[in-house]
Parts: sequence; structure tokens; C-alpha cells
Amino acid sequence: MQDSIGPSIQLTETGKLKHFLTVSGLNKDLLTEILDTADSFIEVGERNIKKVPLLRGKTVVNLFFEASTRTRSTFELAAKRLSADVLNINISTSATSKGESLSDMLRNLEAMASDMFIVRHSQSGAAHFIAESVTPGVAIVNAGDGWHAHPTQAMLDMLTIRQHKKHFEGLKVAIIGDILHSRVARSQIRALNTLGVEEVRVIAPNTLLPEFVETLGVTVYNNLEEGLRDIDVIIMLRLQRERMQGALLPSEQEYYQLYGLTRERLKIAKPDAIVMHPGPINRGVEIESEVADGNQSVILNQVTNGIAVRMAVLSMAMSGQTETQNARKNERLDRDKA
Amino acid sequence: MHDNQAVEALLHSMAQELETYLSRQSITHCEFVGIRTGGVWIAKAIQALIGNTQALGELDISFYRDDFTRIGLNPTVSPSSLPFETEGKHLVLFDDVLMSGRTIRAAMNELFDYGRPASITLAVLIDLNRPELPIRPNIVGANLSLRPDERVKLIGPKDLSLEIEHLRSSGDER
Repeated sequence: MQDSIGPSIQLTETGKLKHFLTVSGLNKDLLTEILDTADSFIEVGERNIKKVPLLRGKTVVNLFFEASTRTRSTFELAAKRLSADVLNINISTSATSKGESLSDMLRNLEAMASDMFIVRHSQSGAAHFIAESVTPGVAIVNAGDGWHAHPTQAMLDMLTIRQHKKHFEGLKVAIIGDILHSRVARSQIRALNTLGVEEVRVIAPNTLLPEFVETLGVTVYNNLEEGLRDIDVIIMLRLQRERMQGALLPSEQEYYQLYGLTRERLKIAKPDAIVMHPGPINRGVEIESEVADGNQSVILNQVTNGIAVRMAVLSMAMSGQTETQNARKNERLDRDKA
Repeated sequence: MHDNQAVEALLHSMAQELETYLSRQSITHCEFVGIRTGGVWIAKAIQALIGNTQALGELDISFYRDDFTRIGLNPTVSPSSLPFETEGKHLVLFDDVLMSGRTIRAAMNELFDYGRPASITLAVLIDLNRPELPIRPNIVGANLSLRPDERVKLIGPKDLSLEIEHLRSSGDER
């Protein structure tokens, strides 16, 4: 359960972001900088012309080895609103299915002078692997790797929480559902603890909890009603049926009976509690339709914030790469002078 | 070199010059926009002097800089706010110091992303007369010549004053 992936690869020598692979290892100041920068980009999304020239002339490649609608399209919109050129690679129809290796494919994409890869992969650590082997100057952003991390999703959730609750201090947050298969939950728990919430609870049957989950800094509840008491923020997770092997659940009906967020159960949490869900929603499986569409739901805010957070991460990573490249250039110049 | 009384006097002359300029252009209604941070201070000071109580637009041009690929993102960027329609409006754009004109170019690019203004008038406290672009101010507080190793900086937000900084080496301008 501990993060085996070293975080330092994603930072420049001065501690700025140059890849965005995982939330772990990033301090509170850096996470806050991402949120503040994203706040500025929200204003851009409200204009008639939703575009700034920050990444003009840069080429961003969406490299999705796993299906995605929301994440891929919000990354694409984010890059386009920064004026970058975007290339979407649909892996299932691409050359890897013709036997080309991942490294060969990356070399080819680099040869097209790409500046950034946004990577989603079913293998944990895929984005990290690419970041290690990629040409210097190219930024890698993790758009979800296996069960490991989904850092931009976590950060858009943090932005949504901050918008509605103003501060992280004193908040009690409950993450409910399929924690075991959720890279989103892993990233959220790290971000929430780094930003200094009072308590993170995970609420799920034991079969859907990873071993040693407590070591991440959470309180475990198996009973939803008990876990919802005094809660400010409710994060529902999707039941990831496609990842489930074996009999982890008796049936969806029974799961809904025990862990579905209904209007009745929502009343147990604080009256101003917000309800979040990373999507896609399974109505009637983990959440009642009326709750998903109700006035405590901020699920669509999350989607809007996703664009702003991704704009922030893309521009910060590109900026960090620029810094590193400039430092290298200066070193070379100094060497030539000597 | 310039104490705050000097800045006060410059602001008074700018305010007068601006009113004359606008009436000569037959502009009866205009919106004020300040470039953060110094330009916002100047705009507010001029507004106070001419009794203008309209909401002020504030631009953060970090997302429009032409040197992003060289120096990266400004870490303290905050959202621009234009609390009025710009389409078809006469705008007065304020900045503290005009040097190369690159900041003004970025600001105009940003303004055009909000709409097509009828006109833009440029008012600056200090003009260093070192244009790298064909951009000249309409209203100037004072002209100033600096040595290559000197920079001028506006100190605020209250009791605005100017400070000349000496750089150790003359690197290229930001």
C-alpha cells in the first residue's frame, strides 16, 4: 500500500513541478500553488474566448492506453485552452497492437517534437516509467495508472472542496465505496492529509479495502451510517466492476442496501455536507439519483474544475521543464567558456 | 530620487492630461483597466483624483507573456477581473512603468480576448523611452532615462513612491 515510486523525479532542482505523476511527495505549498493557479484559470473558462496563449506552439500528446471520456476530453480542452496543439492517440487501434514496443512508439512521438505526454495506463507506474526514459524537456502527466494514482482527479476534488468549504483545516471527509480498486481514493487520501484536513474516513466492506489501509492515515468504518456522522465532505466512488475478479460482493442490490448513498443517509452527515463523485456514476448502485442531482451535489462542479486544474498542471509542468532546460543551457555555456 | 510628493504631482498632471485627452477625442464614457500590480495602483489614484467611482478592471497578464518559454510561469498569478463589457467600449489602460512595450502588447492581447473595444488609451506614470515595439503612451507622468544597470520600481499601494534599483549585472529585461 505504501508508495514505492520516488517522487523526486517530478520536481526541478528548485522544487517546482516538471512532471505530475503522483500527489505523494509533494508538500502543502506546492499543492496549494496548483489550486491557486487553477483558480486563475477558472476565470479564463468563463470568458467568451476561453483561450490564453501560454502554451502556443507546444504539442501535447494524449496517450491513453485505457478508455476514458471525461479525463481525456478535459485534458484535451485544458491543452487547447492554453493554445497548445493536441494529438490524441487511440492505443487500441495504434501500432502497439501491431507489435511495436512502448519505447519505440515514444521515440517516434518524440521525433514529432512533442513537448508533453498525458498518459493513462492500466499498469501502476506506467507514467513514472515513461518519465524516467523520456527525452529531457518533455513533461509527463499521469492521467491514471492502474490502482496507483490519479493525481489530477485528486487535485480537482481538492479545488472543489476548497471552493465550497474555504479551508481544509477542521474538515472531516468520508470516502465511500470501492477503495481497493481506486487510484482516485489513494491520491485523494494523500492530498487531503497533506492539505491538513482533520480526519479522512474510508467507509467500505472489508473486501473492498486494501490491506493496511490505515497506514495511509485514515479511519476505517464498515458501517455507512456510523461513518457519515459529523462529515463535511462525502466522496462516493464508483464500483469498478471491470476490475473485480472473484466474489468481492454478494450483489449490487445488497451493496446498495448497505453502502448506497440515499437521501435518508445523507441526513446523517452535516446539513451543509457536499456530495462528490469522480464519475461515471452508477445510479442506484452506489448513489441514489436524487442525491446525485440534489442541491448538495457538486459533481458537475468537479468536471468544470477538472479543466482548470489540468490547465494549471500542464502550464506548471511545462514551466518546470523550461527552467530545467535553461539551467542545462547555462551549464553548457559556462563549460564552453571555461 | 522621486519621493511620494513627486509621484503625487505626476498623478495630478496625468489626471488633468487624461481629461483633456478624452474630451479632445470626444470620449464621454470610458472604462478604466489597470495592469497588476503597479498599474492598478495608478488607476485607483487617478480615479480618486477625477472622482470616477466606476468598477475598475484588473489585468494579470501572466498567461499572455511572450517570455513564458524562457522564464516560465509567474508563481503568483491571480485571476484577471473585468467587471464590465469591453465590447465597443473606450478603455483607458494604466501601467506604472513603460519600457519595451511588451507588457502592453500582452495586455492588449488579453483585452481582445474579452471583446473588441472601440479604443484603448494608454496612460503610464513613467516612460523609459526604450521601445522594442511600436507602442507609445497617450498620457505620460514623466519621462525618465536610466543607465543600463538601473531599474525603476513603484512602491505602494498607499503613498505611492518610486525607487531606483541598481542591478549588479545588466541581464536582459523581464
